[in-house]
Amino acid sequence: MTDLTDLTLAEARAGLETKSFTARELTQAHLDAMGEARALNAYVLETPEKALAMADASDARLAKGEGGPLEGLPIGVKDLFCTEGVRSTACSKILGEFAPRYESTVTANLWRAGAVMLGKINCDEFAMGSSNETSAFGPVVSPWRRDGSDAKLVPGGSSGGSAAAVSARIALAATATDTGGSIRQPAAFTGTVGIKPTYGRCSRWGIVAFASSLDQAGPIAKTVEDAAMMLQAMSGPDAKDTTCADIPVPDYRAAVSRGVKGLKIGIPKEYRVDGMPAEIESLWQQGQDWLKAAGAEMVEISLPHTKYALPAYYIVAPAEASSNLARYDGVRYGLRVPGRDIVDMYEKTRAEGFGREVKRRVMIGTYVLSAGYYDAYYLRAQKIRTLIKRDFEEAYSAGVDAILTPATPSAAFGIGEKGSGDPVEMYLNDIFTVTVNMAGLPGISVPAGFDAQGLPLGLQLIGRAFDEETLFATGRVIEEAAGRVTYPQPWWS
Amino acid sequence: MSVDTDTVRRIARLARIAVTEDDVPHLQGELNAILAFVEQLSEVNVEGVEPMTSVTPMRIKTREDGVTDGDKAADIVANAPATEDDFFMVPKVVE
Repeated sequence: MTDLTDLTLAEARAGLETKSFTARELTQAHLDAMGEARALNAYVLETPEKALAMADASDARLAKGEGGPLEGLPIGVKDLFCTEGVRSTACSKILGEFAPRYESTVTANLWRAGAVMLGKINCDEFAMGSSNETSAFGPVVSPWRRDGSDAKLVPGGSSGGSAAAVSARIALAATATDTGGSIRQPAAFTGTVGIKPTYGRCSRWGIVAFASSLDQAGPIAKTVEDAAMMLQAMSGPDAKDTTCADIPVPDYRAAVSRGVKGLKIGIPKEYRVDGMPAEIESLWQQGQDWLKAAGAEMVEISLPHTKYALPAYYIVAPAEASSNLARYDGVRYGLRVPGRDIVDMYEKTRAEGFGREVKRRVMIGTYVLSAGYYDAYYLRAQKIRTLIKRDFEEAYSAGVDAILTPATPSAAFGIGEKGSGDPVEMYLNDIFTVTVNMAGLPGISVPAGFDAQGLPLGLQLIGRAFDEETLFATGRVIEEAAGRVTYPQPWWS
Repeated sequence: MSVDTDTVRRIARLARIAVTEDDVPHLQGELNAILAFVEQLSEVNVEGVEPMTSVTPMRIKTREDGVTDGDKAADIVANAPATEDDFFMVPKVVE
């Protein structure tokens, strides 16, 4: 029998159906691998008892010939999702031992589909970061290393733990969230598939809020098909989130094999940025060639406001974060540091509970929303957001079905290598992904090749609103052409 | 635009984050790096452009105005650092 942790989600589901193994065996194999992989720091809380109980319940359903689409499949949950009775911290000290009395809609949907929870996964604090280095639980180490080097690399962020866990095979798939690239960038860094669906596709209820007009949940998985299975289960209308769309979820898994014949793929000239490594440029060209060979047509398009997306994001996201994070005041949950009066208590609690990056963003957000600066910063940024969205609308109304771009400006970098002096250096990681959040569109990152040092690189596809299906179909063509990724051997165990 | 050290202290106060005198210079540097980065937005012509209020064109959902939830005081205070009889306890606010 092959190692159960090497299976894809789809293969594992088929194996359970044919009774080649049980959900308990599948879950135990992952729990054992997790125990060997603690050096990666991908999990911040392992829940083996819960996992085995859920697996046993799945086995009972499967024995009766029942079971949902994800029945018995063990997955990891980013610690940004509230899980009932299980510590949920957003990887911040300020939430302490917070154990929600409720379950997020997305995770509830997954459990209803039969999935098994292995534990809670590390991420950047409040999802603010691009390298998983801002977590209060310490950085996640990527399972990937450069050829001939044992330097520790970042798995990307903020969903770095999710990407590391999937590529280290200590979860069949994982939940993640994406505010500016936090699903797609770590997926690109680890040879995994990550999709941020259209804003409103997944309910945000029960997910710790960062920037409410940008946050979306999505999966990180080993293949495009696995990502489709995960997103299918995660999505859907929810009365508890007024921004969650009342639109039925299409059959994503069926869309995977649809092909790209006759599709028009836009190639935005503004994504050819100065100083882009030749490897990224040629990967992008390779992607175009693959899609052309599969019957798609490439069209050059222009998205003129692209360069303003990242600076506008660094006004909108911190502004919304400063409002959302006002709730962490030492009164209702988590950490409290006593003070001489209530304001002193608030200030000490927040100084002690928030990490450096979070404080920085809350302060920037406070500044751009403060009296006298609102129009110059926040209002202007929201106007620019309208222009960014208009760029995409014009491309789509001219007949483009999806847009192909690089996912990241480089492969993964070393832990401690970026952003220590200038925060903007780290922010530039999201240059290709952030436009998609600003416009509320769906975007997928698919592994497409490797750099000269053997590190994975990804391509991004951007779709029309609520058309994730085209992204799955197109992503699958790239995945097939690039060949299945071989994940690193466990040097960490 | 850039911020001076007094502004850093004022923002910290508004954000309810205690900062020490040692924190102020590096915070000032970091905030100014971000503000310098976003400065390029001033070159965009936004004349007549509506600010975005909703990223997807959707009507806000409405529902029957009825009680759908409640009666869970114990759940609500369960994670609080200090409570008494289902109340959150805070330091004295009014003298």
